[in-house]
Amino acid sequence: MKKLRLHGAYRAVRATLKGIRPLPPRISGSGPPATGRKGHAKRRRGIAVSDFVYWAVIAFLFAPLVVLFAYSFNSSKSGSWTGFSFMWYERLFLGSGLLWNAFGNSAIIALGSASAATLLGSLAAVGTSRYSFWYRPYVKSMSFIPMILPEIIVGVSLLVFFAGVGLKLGLLTVWIAHTTFNIPFVYLLVSARLEEFDPSIIEAARDLGATEVQTLLRIILPITMPGIASGFLTAVTLSLEDFVITFFVAGPGSTTLPLFIYSAIRFGVSPVINALSAVMVAGTVLLIYPARNFLKAYAAH
Amino acid sequence: MKGSDVTVSGISKSFGAFKALKGVSLEIKKGEFFSLLGPSGCGKTTLLRVIAGFEEPDSGIVGIDGRDVSGLPPDKRRCNTVFQSYALFPHLTVFENVAFPLRLKRLPNRLVRELVMKHLSLVQLEGHAEKRPSMLSGGQKQRVAIARALINEPSVLLLDEPLSALDAKLRQRMLVELDSIHDKVGITFIYVTHDQQEALSVSDRIAVMDQGLVLQIGSPQQIYENPASDFVARFIGETNIFAGVVASREGPFATVECEGLGPLLVEANGEAPLGARVSVAVRPEKIRIAAESPGARPELNVLSGVVEEPIYSGFQTKYIIHLAGGGSVTVFRQHANWSEGVPDLKWKDEVYLSWSARDSVVVESDAVANDEVVNGAARPPAP
Repeated sequence: MKKLRLHGAYRAVRATLKGIRPLPPRISGSGPPATGRKGHAKRRRGIAVSDFVYWAVIAFLFAPLVVLFAYSFNSSKSGSWTGFSFMWYERLFLGSGLLWNAFGNSAIIALGSASAATLLGSLAAVGTSRYSFWYRPYVKSMSFIPMILPEIIVGVSLLVFFAGVGLKLGLLTVWIAHTTFNIPFVYLLVSARLEEFDPSIIEAARDLGATEVQTLLRIILPITMPGIASGFLTAVTLSLEDFVITFFVAGPGSTTLPLFIYSAIRFGVSPVINALSAVMVAGTVLLIYPARNFLKAYAAH
Repeated sequence: MKGSDVTVSGISKSFGAFKALKGVSLEIKKGEFFSLLGPSGCGKTTLLRVIAGFEEPDSGIVGIDGRDVSGLPPDKRRCNTVFQSYALFPHLTVFENVAFPLRLKRLPNRLVRELVMKHLSLVQLEGHAEKRPSMLSGGQKQRVAIARALINEPSVLLLDEPLSALDAKLRQRMLVELDSIHDKVGITFIYVTHDQQEALSVSDRIAVMDQGLVLQIGSPQQIYENPASDFVARFIGETNIFAGVVASREGPFATVECEGLGPLLVEANGEAPLGARVSVAVRPEKIRIAAESPGARPELNVLSGVVEEPIYSGFQTKYIIHLAGGGSVTVFRQHANWSEGVPDLKWKDEVYLSWSARDSVVVESDAVANDEVVNGAARPPAP
C-alpha cells in the first residue's frame, strides 16, 4: 500500500470513495448510547462496501500491469509460468538494436515536438489573452479542432498534405505532425492558467516601467510556469504514445516505439516487450514523483 | 511641493455605445490630495485610467506640469497607480515586488536594498520583506502596493479605490495612514472612491462625478455645506430635500414656496431667479427638534410633525418625522448634551422642527431626481 501511494490515480479514487462514505447520524439529540451504537455499526458497514469497491477499482486499473510485470520475468515465451528469469531483460538491453532505435526516435520526437508545441502553444495563449484582434475568437475556437477531430482524419489529412507539398516521410514529418496535435493541449493548459490571473498585474508591470518583453519574461512567464510545465509534460506523453497519426506520417527510418511494438506483436507477443513495458512503467513512476513535488512546490509559493 | 499639477481638459471617452466620460475638465494643484467621488459607473475610474495612460481618450488633453502627456504610455508619465486589486506579483516576495521597478533599471544591489527598505518602512512593513503576497493580509497587501507605486518617486500617485476590499475598521486606519504618507512624500494624490466618508475625511478637494460629468468641485466643507445640486446633496451624507418654487429674494436669502409646507427661508448663494423650480437642502443634524414650539423668529423655519420612528444609535438618535404638511424629514440629535435633560421623544409624539435660514441652502434640482422627490424625503447616500 505504501508503494502504491505514489500514484495519483490511487489518491483520486481514495478521495472519491472517502467522500461517499455514509456519515454517522448526528441529526437528533436523542439517547447517546443508542445512536452511538447504531452509528458505529453503519459506519463499519460503509467501510466494508467502500473498501471492496476501492480494491476492485485498483485491481481493475493495475492487474494488467501486474500480469505484464510478472510475465516479463517468465523463463519461457509461452503463456504459462515456467520459472523466474532475467532473460528477456537481457535480450531487451543487449540484443534489441531495432527496438532501441525506435525508442530513440520516440524520445527525439517526444522532446522535440513537446518543446515546439510548448513554445508555440504558450505564445498563442499569451497572445489571445493579452491582445485583441478581429480574428481572436476564430483562433480560440479553431485551436480545439485538432483535439476533437478523430486521429485517423488528422493522420490522413497530414499524409495528403505532406504528399502534396512534396515532403518525404521521415522524422521531420513525424515531428511536424506531433507538434501539430500537441499545440492545442499546451494552448488549453496555459490559457487556463492565464485566465486565472488578474489583468491589472500586467498593467502594474507596465506602469512601473517594464517593457512588453520584460513584462512577458519577468511577470507573465513565471506566473504561467506551472501551466507551461504541465503542458510540456502532457505533450511528451501524448507524443510518446501516439500510434494512429504516426502510422500515417512515418517513413523508413522513423519508426517510433509504438509502431515498432505494433509490428513486433504481429508475429506474436514477445516477452521483450513485457520487459520494456515494465522498465517504462518503473521509469514513469520514478519521474512522476519528483515532477509532482516540483510542481507543487512551485504552485505553493 | 514635490508633486505635479495635473490638468484635464475636455476628456471624452466611450466604450461602444456607453459614454463613460462626457467632456471632463479638472485642474489639480501640486501636492493636493484630490478625490474623484461618485457612484459606480460614473466614470471616475475611467478618468483615473486616462490620467495614468491606460486608456486613450476619444478627445481632450491630459497635462502634467503643463506638458501634454496625451499619447504617452503609462511608464513615460511621472505617475504611478495603486490598483483596486493590489495587483501584486504573486511569484515575487514583498521585497522584490517593491524592488521591481529598480531591478528593471538595473540599479546596484546596495542601492536597491536601501531604497526598498526606506519605502517599506514608510508603509511599516520592514518585517515582512521576505514574505510572499499570499501570506499577507489585505491591509498589508495594500501597503506593499503603495510602497511599490512610490518607489519610482512619481510626482503623482493615482489610487483606484485602494481601500474598497478592506473591512470598515481597517479602512479607517489605512485612511489615516494614507493621509500621513501623503504628508510625508508631499506629492499629488488622485484618489478614486465611491465612499463619501473617505473622500470627506482625507481630501483637500473633491470632484463629485455622475454619468460621465463633473457636478461639483470644492473642498469637503464646500461640497457638504453648499452642494451644487440635489444629486450632490443626497450623495454626500444624508439630506432632506424639499422641492419648491422661488417666491421672493431678499439679500442672501430666498423664500421658496414648498408644496404643503408653506414658505421656507433659505440661503441662496447661486442663482435662484423668481419662479424657478429649485430644491431646498437641509442636513439632518442642522434641524432642532423639540416638544414645544421655539416661537416665531425671523430667519427661523419652523415645521411641525409627528415622530414616526426614533432610531437610537448610541452617540445620536435619528428621528424620522412625519410632517403635518405631508412628507417626512430626517433629524439627527446628538447626545453630547444629554445632561441638559432633553425630553425623551417617543413614537407618535408631536414635535416642532426648526432651523436657521443659514443652515439650509437652495440647490439646483436636476430634472431626473425631481420626479422622485416627494417633499422632504431624506435619502441615504447612494451606495
